[in-house]
Amino acid sequence: MESLYILVPLSVVLVLGIGWVFWRALESGQFDDLERPAHDVLMDDDRPV
Amino acid sequence: MTVAAPVPACFHCGLPVVQPGRHVAPVLGAQRELCCAGCEAVARTIVAAGFQRYYETRLAPQPGSDLAPPARDLPPAGIYDDAVAQRQFVAAPTEHEREAALILDRIRCAACLWLSEQYLRRVPGVLRVDINYATHRAQVAWDPRRVRLSGILEAIRAIGYDAYPYDPRRQDELERRDRRRALWRLFVAGFGAMQVMMYAFPAYIDDGAGTLTRDAEQLMRWASLVLTAPVMLFSCGPFFSAAWQDLKQGRISLDTPIALGLAAGFAASAWATLAGAGEVYFDSIAMLVFLLLGARYVEMAARQRAARELDHLRRWMPALAWRLRDQGDAASAERLAAHLLAPGDHVLVPAGERVPADGVVMSGASSCDESLLTGESRPVAKRAGAELTGGAVNLEQPLVMRVARAGADTRAAAIARLVERAAAGRPRLVESADRVARALTWLVLAAAALAFLWWLHVAPDRAPWVAVAVLVATCPCALALAAPVVLTRANARLLAGGVALTRSRAVEVLERTTDVVLDKTGTLTTGRFAIAHFVPLASLGADRCFALARAIEASSRHPIARAFRGEGPLPSVSALRNCPGHGVEAIVDGRRVRIGGERFCRELAGEPLPARFAPRPALYTPVFLVDERGWLAAFLLEDQLRADAPELVDALAAHGLRVHLCSGDDPAVVEAVARRLGIDSFVGGATPQDKFAFVAGLQREGRVVAMIGDGLNDAPVLAGADVSVALASGADAAQVQADLVLLGDSLGGISDGFAVARGAMRVIRQNLGWAILYNAVALPAAASGWIGPWEAAVGMAASSLAVVLNALRPLGVTAGRAGVAAPALAAA
Repeated sequence: MESLYILVPLSVVLVLGIGWVFWRALESGQFDDLERPAHDVLMDDDRPV
Repeated sequence: MTVAAPVPACFHCGLPVVQPGRHVAPVLGAQRELCCAGCEAVARTIVAAGFQRYYETRLAPQPGSDLAPPARDLPPAGIYDDAVAQRQFVAAPTEHEREAALILDRIRCAACLWLSEQYLRRVPGVLRVDINYATHRAQVAWDPRRVRLSGILEAIRAIGYDAYPYDPRRQDELERRDRRRALWRLFVAGFGAMQVMMYAFPAYIDDGAGTLTRDAEQLMRWASLVLTAPVMLFSCGPFFSAAWQDLKQGRISLDTPIALGLAAGFAASAWATLAGAGEVYFDSIAMLVFLLLGARYVEMAARQRAARELDHLRRWMPALAWRLRDQGDAASAERLAAHLLAPGDHVLVPAGERVPADGVVMSGASSCDESLLTGESRPVAKRAGAELTGGAVNLEQPLVMRVARAGADTRAAAIARLVERAAAGRPRLVESADRVARALTWLVLAAAALAFLWWLHVAPDRAPWVAVAVLVATCPCALALAAPVVLTRANARLLAGGVALTRSRAVEVLERTTDVVLDKTGTLTTGRFAIAHFVPLASLGADRCFALARAIEASSRHPIARAFRGEGPLPSVSALRNCPGHGVEAIVDGRRVRIGGERFCRELAGEPLPARFAPRPALYTPVFLVDERGWLAAFLLEDQLRADAPELVDALAAHGLRVHLCSGDDPAVVEAVARRLGIDSFVGGATPQDKFAFVAGLQREGRVVAMIGDGLNDAPVLAGADVSVALASGADAAQVQADLVLLGDSLGGISDGFAVARGAMRVIRQNLGWAILYNAVALPAAASGWIGPWEAAVGMAASSLAVVLNALRPLGVTAGRAGVAAPALAAA
């Protein structure tokens, strides 16, 4: 049971961390165009890697 | 025209190939026919660059669709390289990097976007290309040492599209920020809810035998508090700030009960945590916020999409124009913003570009596609002297025009204002729904207070949670939420068919309409009269009669007057008096002369119509010319029925409407037209007063009357009818006072209008019915303690979602020309 005292605070930190990652993704414009990915599957992308 | 073998369609643009075999290119393993050198160049360029796949994935072009042939005769793109001009739209993040936002033009489907993006990436010196498939905007970065902006634009033109830089509008930026912020709030609430639910789980399954120690439970509660706090403080921001704003102004709104419920629930739970005793409901609160925000996000997306459907109003007018510094010299064209044009400017309109202002063609001959403005897809021929309407697409040859009205004064801008005004208004049913929603809000607050007091006696520990459930479960939002989305969509849908809705109240009346009164001249007929026969009734010569008639009718705007237009010197006219519905009187060369209907002319002639004129063929409209001494002449005018008039009458009858024909024209002509169209109820020889009385008579019988007229001569009758539809072809659309304005020449939009109005009102009614039913069930259930806060939240969010999704359904009509490009992949 004592592990709870580590795990529960850890999960709080984890959630905050996930929130930060999502915020980064949002700010980088990943969710601005939700139509495009549907088409990308069908169309070639010759972008040099 | 001879009937020939079917003309092949251009493989690239879909237009008919006039000279088969002249322009061919190998595409996808076969020789393909192309319509012109432009399309051939484009097709060869696309194949040479290795992008044949474009032709497999694109939507097949349809003849006469909105695809313009590739641009020719475009002014050179080099002017964009000017450093001063670039300051407006080019950013320089580093020394060797330039960035600009481009609007892509002539995009039809997702394959077009793909092709542009891939092709641009191959241009040496281009660093980045990102095209937003939803908005058709491209973000391009390049190295100024290796390529210039003009090179990039020319690359896009080489494959048949066009692009021009633009100053990213603030509106776009705001919308994007709204969307990001809403997603962020939703996400915080979602993660908070999930995690808090896990902390709450042990407490739910605790058997009370000491499995869950008090310390562990307290730990869970504190963790829940920590994670619910951002949900409350950040995600719920919009609820609290809206409720606070209303409170400051002494009002309550839909957000008030929700904000109250959330605040009360959180405060009670936080107190229980701090005190270490009592119930906590962090999980319910976090989940409630998540569901609420989810419903709101869907609603916002729906609203933005509906607004984008109306957005092509704004795109009617091109952003830039080519002004000629030297009127006769096309090489002196300079690019400037279209709204800076002034009346009198000479402007070059290259083939394939939009006309940037209203004006008159000075030189050149071409044809224009005015479908965005009128819903009419056939091109209209334009040569010197023809009027050009801003927003039309010049299809074939470059034109030089003189600007008559620019910017906010143009017809397109006026229509846009009308439609926007309509979108801001609301039908009476929606207004009363809003009042009901406000009343319901008070009811909810009262019910919550009562439930709280009652439960305080019965079971004090449950009282706060019952109150929270009541505040949350009832959802007046469904009453207020969905109508605006439906109305905006109806508006956009009608506009795509060439009908501008100028008062949204009309949607409601159209639905209740039982009778339609049609005007004949200019409505069922083209209104373009031509003189079919001239009958002299006295010794005065034909030339003299025509000159008199022309002189009097010269200043009239009545459709009949146009038949008398012509060249030549006119006698002087004074004391001109216009008697609507009768004719015109004037003094010409000292003689009092009248031109008009039989009754009007007999008053002045003082004698009955000569007997030899009496038998006359129907379908001709006679116009008489008299002076004080007697009858001078009769003109027999012919007015063609519109091709789609029978369809309109049939469609209206199919909607269950009674159709009447009421015209000021000669009774015999009106009867002949009515018989031909199968209209049983008709009145001829009606003055505007007669028409007004006819409509009023129907209304006294309890009928709801829609009047369809040409908008100028019928203005008083239109105002008297319950709902009015005006045809604005010829007349200035913006000046017409009518609930619906038909922008084009095609009557099809009218019956469409009835169908859309019925669809829209049906959806609004369903939503209202659903909202009332849901609340009638949810309020007692919550107050009696049957459903807890989290069930209340689910119910409320589901109710909002149902209403929003219902508002997004098609409005009961087959979709016409889609207003915005629908980027769907057809079976390719």
